[in-house]
Amino acid sequence: MALKKIAKYIGGYKREFIIAVIFVIIETALELSIPFVMSDIIDVGIKNRDIDFILSRGIIMGICAVLALVTGLLYARFSAIASNGFGANLRMAEYEKIQKFSFANLDKFETASMVTRMTTDVTVLQRALQTGLRPIARSPAALVMGVAMSAFLNFRLALVFFVCVPALGTVLYFVLRAVAPMFSRLQRAMDRVNSAIQENLTAIRAVKAFVREDYEEEKFESVNAELMTTSKKTFRLVALNLPAFQFIMYTATVLIMWFGGKLIITGGLQVGELTGVLSYVLQVMNTLMMIANVILQLTRSIASARRVCEILDEEPELKDCQNPVNTVSDGSIEFRNVSFKYSAGAEEYVLSDVNLKIKPGETVGILGGTGAAKTTLVQLIPRLYDVTDGAVYVGGHDVREYDMAALRDAVGIVLQKNVLFSGTVRDNLRWGDKTADDDTLWEACRTACADEFLEKMPNGLDTDLGQGGVNISGGQKQRLCIARTLLKRPKIIIFDDSTSAVDTATEAKIRAGLAKLPDMTKIIIAQRITSVMDTDQIIIIDEGKVHAVGTHETLLKSDPIYQEIYQTQMRGGDEK
Amino acid sequence: MKQWSGKKPQNLKKTLGALGAYLGRHKLMLLAVAVLVTISAVANLLGTFMIKPVVNVFIAQDGGARLITGVLITAAIYFAGALSALGYTQIMVNVAQRIIYDIRRDLLSHVQKLPLKYFDTTKTGDVMSLFTNDVDTISDALNNSFATLIQNAIQAVGTLILLFVLNWKLSIVVAVCYFAMIMYIRYSGKKSKMYFNRQQNILGEMDGYIEEMINGQKVIKVFNHEEENLSGFKERCEQLRRAGTGANTYADTMLPAVVTLSYINYAIVAVLGGIMAIRGQTDIGSLASYLVFVRQSAMPINQVTQQSNFILSALAGAERIFETMQREPEVDDGTIQLVNVTEKDGEITESGKKTGRWAWKEENGSLTPLRGDVRLKNVTFGYSPGHTILHDISLYAKPGQKIAFVGATGAGKTTITNLINRFYDVTDGQIVFDGNDVRDIKKDSLRRSLGIVLQDTHLFNGTIADNIRFGKLDATMDEVIAAAKTANAHSFIRRLPKGYDTMVLSDGANLSQGQRQLLAIARVAVEDPPVLILDEATSSIDTRTEALIEKGMDRLMEGRTVFVIAHRLSTVRNANAIMVMDNGRIVERGDHDELLAQKGLYYKLYTGLFELS
Repeated sequence: MALKKIAKYIGGYKREFIIAVIFVIIETALELSIPFVMSDIIDVGIKNRDIDFILSRGIIMGICAVLALVTGLLYARFSAIASNGFGANLRMAEYEKIQKFSFANLDKFETASMVTRMTTDVTVLQRALQTGLRPIARSPAALVMGVAMSAFLNFRLALVFFVCVPALGTVLYFVLRAVAPMFSRLQRAMDRVNSAIQENLTAIRAVKAFVREDYEEEKFESVNAELMTTSKKTFRLVALNLPAFQFIMYTATVLIMWFGGKLIITGGLQVGELTGVLSYVLQVMNTLMMIANVILQLTRSIASARRVCEILDEEPELKDCQNPVNTVSDGSIEFRNVSFKYSAGAEEYVLSDVNLKIKPGETVGILGGTGAAKTTLVQLIPRLYDVTDGAVYVGGHDVREYDMAALRDAVGIVLQKNVLFSGTVRDNLRWGDKTADDDTLWEACRTACADEFLEKMPNGLDTDLGQGGVNISGGQKQRLCIARTLLKRPKIIIFDDSTSAVDTATEAKIRAGLAKLPDMTKIIIAQRITSVMDTDQIIIIDEGKVHAVGTHETLLKSDPIYQEIYQTQMRGGDEK
Repeated sequence: MKQWSGKKPQNLKKTLGALGAYLGRHKLMLLAVAVLVTISAVANLLGTFMIKPVVNVFIAQDGGARLITGVLITAAIYFAGALSALGYTQIMVNVAQRIIYDIRRDLLSHVQKLPLKYFDTTKTGDVMSLFTNDVDTISDALNNSFATLIQNAIQAVGTLILLFVLNWKLSIVVAVCYFAMIMYIRYSGKKSKMYFNRQQNILGEMDGYIEEMINGQKVIKVFNHEEENLSGFKERCEQLRRAGTGANTYADTMLPAVVTLSYINYAIVAVLGGIMAIRGQTDIGSLASYLVFVRQSAMPINQVTQQSNFILSALAGAERIFETMQREPEVDDGTIQLVNVTEKDGEITESGKKTGRWAWKEENGSLTPLRGDVRLKNVTFGYSPGHTILHDISLYAKPGQKIAFVGATGAGKTTITNLINRFYDVTDGQIVFDGNDVRDIKKDSLRRSLGIVLQDTHLFNGTIADNIRFGKLDATMDEVIAAAKTANAHSFIRRLPKGYDTMVLSDGANLSQGQRQLLAIARVAVEDPPVLILDEATSSIDTRTEALIEKGMDRLMEGRTVFVIAHRLSTVRNANAIMVMDNGRIVERGDHDELLAQKGLYYKLYTGLFELS
């Protein structure tokens, strides 16, 4: 099933694929005609003592060999084009699909697993095509031609094939049928071993700190032993193929010798013909082995095909509307009776019945405990997720009415789990504004307080960040991420706990800088009360509901949660 | 993935030695395999060789009366061959899987003993790849290549010998062709390796790009960057396609070329043989048998080349594995052990039971009760030589005291705790625990005496209860619940679908960061260690939850020496001493009030939090 679906991605390379198959068949035909010619040399040439005849047959064989070389080389070329094209198509299709994924889609797959699906799995499938193409095309052709040619040499002797080929086929069929389910069991056992190792490696500090090495080894022992047992069972079955093949091939050889010998004695067969038929035994029987091997390989690649299919079949959750609004007029936000859950099947709502109004240019703080759904709330504004019930309005329109790109250009969000990409600081900042000149970049950096450390770096904006921004500290990274979002000049900017690694003094400076952008609506999710106490309104979220809305003063007077947070964070000051 | 690794083993002798040790455990079995493989290969050769006597003797003489004898001899030979094949393939599977199992077990066991430095300087992916890719290539090589190689080597040599026996003159032609084939394969192998290396590099680059972009996929969406990305990807994809096509084209030409050479060989031999037969220099039976051999002779050469590639990459994998296994494990020269004791009339005696009271037991058997007195004396440390992280740190924690570290990221706070439990060893100076240098204490004893809540909480596959029990493997359910209550994790655990039996999925993905930290605290609570180290233990817990934990934590800290590292000054205010760290030095020390009075860095940090109110 999965393989069939994947096979479609051969796409524009179908022509090369078919040509490759044709060349393999021609090559096989040429190869197979050689023993045929050879039997002529023995039975006609030697018998009639005709050296010219022998030479002419020799030349024919030479020509066949050279032709086989030419077709072989052409096959190599076309199959390489087809299989690599197939791999490229598959990668592109997956990548394109992922680009269309919404946050909800992305949440379904772990990052590491998505990477595997795009790299290892595609390579596995491409290799399956590459190594499987030749035997798949060649085997049936060789089988049919081999039997036909032997029949032509001597029909009665060839009857041996009609018994032995089905016999081997049946054996191989049963072995394969028994092995197929074993492979998925094997895969599961292997997954368990790998995840045990992975877990151990990532938690090595905990293992060492708690002196749990022996315990971990014991745990590993059981998964490891299980993998061994499953592997043994699986491969012992697979290993039956070879002796089965030999038994039947040898039987065929002996039978042909026996019947052939008798025929020669009675004068019904020539020695050359016997030799010819014997040469075909290996060839014919080998084709079945090759088919069996290809099927085994394909079985092992089915898991990869399935994983790739899961990506390709995933439906993007967010759909653009028919006549989208292309501009966001202002930075006003309104939540009307918004409820949300991450999947339709989830029992509990993450957000329920949220009503909020934010005017353009306002600064809003959001506070709430861990897991209160603050992040979920703000991610509804740039439509990273769609509401389950109710509606979110930005600039007077339901966010679902906008062209998605236009909406997200107008609503900038600095994500909590943010990333920078490999390349220079400049490359990264330009994600916000492709055409920005250095002055504009520095300007944004100043607002985000990224200028201080950038100026100290020898290469300034040309500093190379390394993969994932490994060359700078967490706080510096956060400041660059802020600058990057500021460069979009959005109408609304959302900070999702995006200064957690920045020290308090710098954070205050950033807030002061932002205050100089009065037209921009600013939403700040924070842990520290100091980050939000000067805002126009503070929203307290508790367990998915709006618990209270107000200013620092009103909340301090009336709201128990706010008072409590204030108490815990500001205790030091009270004593003074 | 069995990629063409293109890497050859560097130190073949050493690797073979190490691998040999594993193979050596199955000497008899492997010997049996070798014998059976030989029988199988020889049977194959002899069976084909039988064509000659069958044609020349059994058919030609006595009017074919003895044909049945010839055929039966052949059948017996073949039967022995097939039976041996059945035997060796089955034995080999068992041996191979057992060896792989041993290697995996030993590798994990050894890796766990490596010093933390190894994990800090090696990517997890690279270590994983030892277990997956490298072990797999060895497994494949053992499964397939080992027997195939022996078989084909015997067959190649045997075929050549028989060819010479059958007709030495024709065999000179065959030998020349063989030689040409081998030369071509070697030449082509080198060339294709070049192509494959290039492809491998581009593939690596591509994988890196994919990894980075998928990691940043949410950022890409937020910035509407999908189109740009797609075109960047397309470019790389195209590059890879071209390189891959080149490499595969080249690799796939090898087979047809070799096959063609073997056919040309065949044609020449057939023609010359025919002529020789006419001149009476050879008989027809020999020629028939000879030609079948020539046809077979190309196969082992092909196989040997193919298998030797597999074997080479397996050896390269084995080399990486054994290199890791030969790395020095953590230094553990200490002799002082931590033991449970009971006290009676001021006399303490060692007890096999868990008494909740601890003592240090020296090599000579003398016991000193554990007090929890930790002193750092002029400690200097750097993760790598010439790059000092901690400069001349001296401090002491008397039993039951709470010592706090504050300071910016990178000031060296976590490093100090890494030294106390000997994740790393001091470069200079000394850490003394109850009067003993920590290096004189057995490592597992030292670590058992220290309960640590680490900065990054990692959870394991298993239930919530199992994860808490990680701190004390034989903890009863009551103890687990009590610990959870101390950490204030009980209330959220109770609300999970299956309470304490809820499964933790992939490193706790179904729990929030805060909940995971609560579990980490519960884990230490159940361990009930004499000394506590809390590394930013509450950084991801919101202040309200943190306040809830605090009470429990106070109970946990009671009577214990505690080292606490925190970003939030509010969490360290009640410490006996606060160390303010900057660039690897302690710049201020004292209790909260003293430090405020100093009006130094602490004062600035503290008021920095407050000046805005």
